[in-house]
Amino acid sequence: MADGKEGDLKLLGMHVSPFAHRVSMALGVKGVRYEYIEEDLFHKSELLLSSNPVHKKVPVLIHDGRPICESLAIVEYVDEVWSGDGRPAILPADPYERAIARFWASYIDDKFFPAWLGIMRATTEEARGEKVKETQDAVQNLEKAFSEIAGGKGFFGGDTVGYLDLALGCFLPWFGAMRMMFGLEVIEAATAPLLAGWAERFGETAVAKEVLPEPEKAVAYAKKLQAYRASLNK
Amino acid sequence: MAGSNDLKLLGMWASPFVLRVKLALSLKGLSYEYVEEDLRTKSELLLKSNPVHKKVPVLIHNGKPVCESSVILQYIDEAFAGTGPSLLPVDPYERAMARFWAAYIDDKMMAAWNQASKAKTEEEKAEAMKQSFATVETLEGALRDCGKGKPFFGGEDVGYVDVVLGGLLGWIRANDELQGVKPFDPERTPLLAAWAERFWSLEAVEPQMPDVSKLVEFGKMLQARQAAAGEGN
Repeated sequence: MADGKEGDLKLLGMHVSPFAHRVSMALGVKGVRYEYIEEDLFHKSELLLSSNPVHKKVPVLIHDGRPICESLAIVEYVDEVWSGDGRPAILPADPYERAIARFWASYIDDKFFPAWLGIMRATTEEARGEKVKETQDAVQNLEKAFSEIAGGKGFFGGDTVGYLDLALGCFLPWFGAMRMMFGLEVIEAATAPLLAGWAERFGETAVAKEVLPEPEKAVAYAKKLQAYRASLNK
Repeated sequence: MAGSNDLKLLGMWASPFVLRVKLALSLKGLSYEYVEEDLRTKSELLLKSNPVHKKVPVLIHNGKPVCESSVILQYIDEAFAGTGPSLLPVDPYERAMARFWAAYIDDKMMAAWNQASKAKTEEEKAEAMKQSFATVETLEGALRDCGKGKPFFGGEDVGYVDVVLGGLLGWIRANDELQGVKPFDPERTPLLAAWAERFWSLEAVEPQMPDVSKLVEFGKMLQARQAAAGEGN
């Protein structure tokens, strides 16, 4: 794989999965072609189940028949395989900057994501209120992180998008969905001006425009999920 | 060694996450200053170095802090690439596999163990133990299929996944006594049981491992504290 040839590349994804979008965007940054396979997560394919038997989740990147799972591990894989040849790097080169990027990606997955997802899943006003507060606290931390990491530039990655831009930017369609469904602004310009500026800027990039769906699609999927959960409770 | 490498590790003796970092530093042959933190009265240095989580471990390299054990491990591997063995493999696919299993250990296996320790009723406990064991069985499968008969997750030599799992071994042995559970039962997960013995007895590992009887004592103290807090309700 060291020569970076594309070989046989398949991405198992779902049209509103932010984690799958991280991978699509990473492949887009690298200019790598691949076959995209849309999974129906209510009827998972044999290929998905056999490629990710542990989690049975998307995304899965299958490169020359070998599956790679977990979005951040896949993004690092893509960065390592398609490096050099004038292709943009996704992670920074400096070990300390890489550590900072990995730290915040972990934070996004372990703290930020469960918080805003919790807003959508909350069944009581009280629970929702708690998750809103958690989300706001996380956004404040990310705002501070952006000011430290971007160093006055437009993206976490500097002049161009990098690892953290993909790790966080993938959620923009869902933030749009929450605006539409709850009138809730996850990244408020008043309290997180740098992130708000970044979000707009990221949304205008070629990779985001190519990959990220309209928020309406996320809303439609959320409704489908709600209906499914309601049917389970009958 | 290139340049000034002022390394400081903020830790706590019973923390499995701190142990991971100690093991990595030991395997790489790196010297460092160890600072024991009292987690009930955290130092200014800890609070300043890890303002987001206020947790150990924190590795401070030439004054710059790195937080989160798996991030620290990868940092050590990259910043000290020329020193000692590599923790992560060279091949990108194998690196992705290593990252996958490290994430599994933290996100699934540890989460299941934490659930089990929180279980209040016998029924809850039994269910949690079943979930826990399922994750261990999955890991046994990983060692069997990815390990392919090699002594470690990293192959012939210790690697990233070995260190991520190895950091937990002290508590795994302590829990045997605390909860009467053998997570790496030689009958049910023979490869993991053998791996545990092999890993613990490595020259670079053994001196770093905690005193299991002290962990048991600490565990009992934590259980008592938890029970007392519960009774207050």
